[in-house]
Amino acid sequence: MKLMKTILMAGAATALATAANAQDGGGISNDAVKIGMILDMSGAYSALDGQGSVAAVEMAIEEMGGEVNGAPVELVSADHQNKADIGSNIAREWADQENVDLILGGANSGVGIALQEITSEKGVAYINNGAASNSLTNESCAPETGLHWTYDTDALSNGTAVAMVKEGNESWYFITADYTFGHNLQKTAENAVKENGGEVVGSVAAPFPTQDFSSFLLQAQGSGAQVIGLANAGTDTQNSVKQAQEFGIVQGGQKLASLLLFLTDVDALGLDAAQGLTLTTGFYWDQDEQAREWSAKFEEKTGSKPTMVQAGMYSSALQYLKAVEAAGTDDSKQVIAQLKTMPIEDAFARNGKVRADGLMEHDMFLAQVKTPDESEGKWDYYNIIRTIPGDQAFQSIEDGSCEAAKEMASGGEQSN
Amino acid sequence: MSETSVKRSGELSDAGNAEAQSRTPLIADLRLWALIGLVFLLVIPHFVYPVMVAKVLCFALFAAAFNLLLGFAGLLSFGHAAFFGFSAYVTGYCLQSLGLTAELGILVGTATAALLGLVMGLLAIRRQGIYFAMITLALSQMVYFACIQLEFTGGEDGMQGIPRRPLFGLIDMSSNMSVYYLVLAVFCIGVFIVYRAVHSPFGQVLKSIRENEPRAISLGYDADRYKLLAFVLSAALAGLAGSTKVMVFQLASLTDVQWQMSGEVVLMAVLGGIGTMLGPIVGASIIVILQNELAQIGSISTIVQGGVFVFCVLLFRRGIVGEIGYRWKSWRGRS
Repeated sequence: MKLMKTILMAGAATALATAANAQDGGGISNDAVKIGMILDMSGAYSALDGQGSVAAVEMAIEEMGGEVNGAPVELVSADHQNKADIGSNIAREWADQENVDLILGGANSGVGIALQEITSEKGVAYINNGAASNSLTNESCAPETGLHWTYDTDALSNGTAVAMVKEGNESWYFITADYTFGHNLQKTAENAVKENGGEVVGSVAAPFPTQDFSSFLLQAQGSGAQVIGLANAGTDTQNSVKQAQEFGIVQGGQKLASLLLFLTDVDALGLDAAQGLTLTTGFYWDQDEQAREWSAKFEEKTGSKPTMVQAGMYSSALQYLKAVEAAGTDDSKQVIAQLKTMPIEDAFARNGKVRADGLMEHDMFLAQVKTPDESEGKWDYYNIIRTIPGDQAFQSIEDGSCEAAKEMASGGEQSN
Repeated sequence: MSETSVKRSGELSDAGNAEAQSRTPLIADLRLWALIGLVFLLVIPHFVYPVMVAKVLCFALFAAAFNLLLGFAGLLSFGHAAFFGFSAYVTGYCLQSLGLTAELGILVGTATAALLGLVMGLLAIRRQGIYFAMITLALSQMVYFACIQLEFTGGEDGMQGIPRRPLFGLIDMSSNMSVYYLVLAVFCIGVFIVYRAVHSPFGQVLKSIRENEPRAISLGYDADRYKLLAFVLSAALAGLAGSTKVMVFQLASLTDVQWQMSGEVVLMAVLGGIGTMLGPIVGASIIVILQNELAQIGSISTIVQGGVFVFCVLLFRRGIVGEIGYRWKSWRGRS
């Protein structure tokens, strides 16, 4: 009897202690919410990412009044110089020594995936906005800590392909950058074209990088396809678009679709070369009133309109802080779980929700680059043709390869 | 008269010897300096972030390997990234997919680099100067394209989440500290190999080839064989550095095989002082620390790096360590 009593008391004491621990585990650690940004500030992606992204996150913090639940929000940023080891060195240091709670990742998929691995290991929340690779929410997914926010290769190529086929552009020819990234883009677009009743009449792999696209463009022109899909990025896209213009491909009645294009690419190309190009984007500053209003503030602060990556940075930081506020803690897993329950709606996101595999599914926009006559000035580059609902743009969890998310989903069904 | 003068000169030279001997242990005894350096490296991870120091050591070894070729054989290779980066992929594959232990992974990576060095060396050493540099650049670009195309490297996404397998299957390597001491051990072994190679008859022959190749050949040395051996040794050590880096960062990426990395290692060696033992190590430390510190300031990293380089080329022609050594010698010569 006495023994029983002791055991019970011990049990109660342990329960109390655990409860107390759990409460210690809650709340804001180190009396501050610290956001670290690791981006390209000096390289090829600095225009679409870089300082503009930092400014966008500053705007999000200002909007929250600079604090969450009484704890100040701190912001640090670093230039990964497009080197995975520099990015991961900084991320490790921030996680181990500086108590950073959230890392926002910028452009460059190699760095992006490395950061996701480290943050998952260290238990730091991670939201990627700049990297395109769909492997962030597929084979490299880390659904408990890592989110992919703005766009991915699937949404861009899938969105463009589906929308264009539905408009009656059924025959496609691809010019593909000859490395994993290019082939992935082509594969996604090709599947989308075929599923929607279109046909792929041919494709050509161009070495990466290529200066002279003339032979590839002539093959594409000769194929008679209605659409020439450009499965490439960066300077390759710019070169191929410019040279397509010189061959009069768009004027000749064929359509040019870029599977990965940013507002800054169009700005660099100029409307003369880029006009008529069809693309998918996650955000366009002129998409609606809310976006225009926010973009005006952004332009005031930085001198240019935001790219989708910069707007995505703003949105992810804002929603993260809201989730910290709602969850009452900056524990990464709890905040990420909280984000998955919240509807994501702000200047950037339309009908957004964070899925089990870490992908932030939201509406994408099919856009066509304006002609110089249509454009009313700098940054007025896109006609939004239509909205692509998130569930059509992005790959579904079932079709993906994030095993952890699939298990979670099936586990959830069983318990129901 | 003549006797005294002989005696006097004998005394003088004895005195000179004694003086030289008493001086040698104090300032020029390498063992002392090596010991101080080692103690410093053993203690520093307790004060500075160990991953950062480990990275510095990896690049220092890379630069030392490169310097073996440029500084002592006079061969400017512009393709060392191929060894550094490709061995990283091989080690990564061994650790991740084959499940080899840490030391085996590193050894396989190093051996691959040596083999690659043998093939590239055989082709490249037939030419000298700018042609040699161009051939190594071209061959390393071929390796780069192979890395983009091959399935196992992961293309532009690279290879991530490579496990830190236990050393010899026994010693746990998961903490940053244990990895640091592994890197330190590898670094010491690597630098010791460079030191032995340079301070051996082999090294003497290399230097003679650097100074005057036809003359070395006329003395009966098979210059091509010596150059090839130096090339393979340098490639293997660069590979060793690349493989070890995988243990630190758990990733292998295209950055390390890109031609910019070949340029960066030239920068490290030149900045520190080519043809000195310590130079490349100092140069690598400066570049790596600069890159890391400036990363957090913003978009000026490459500009500052360029500025430092221009500054050093204008002011320290012999590199930082080379210049200090030269000044020290001329100052001692005067006094």
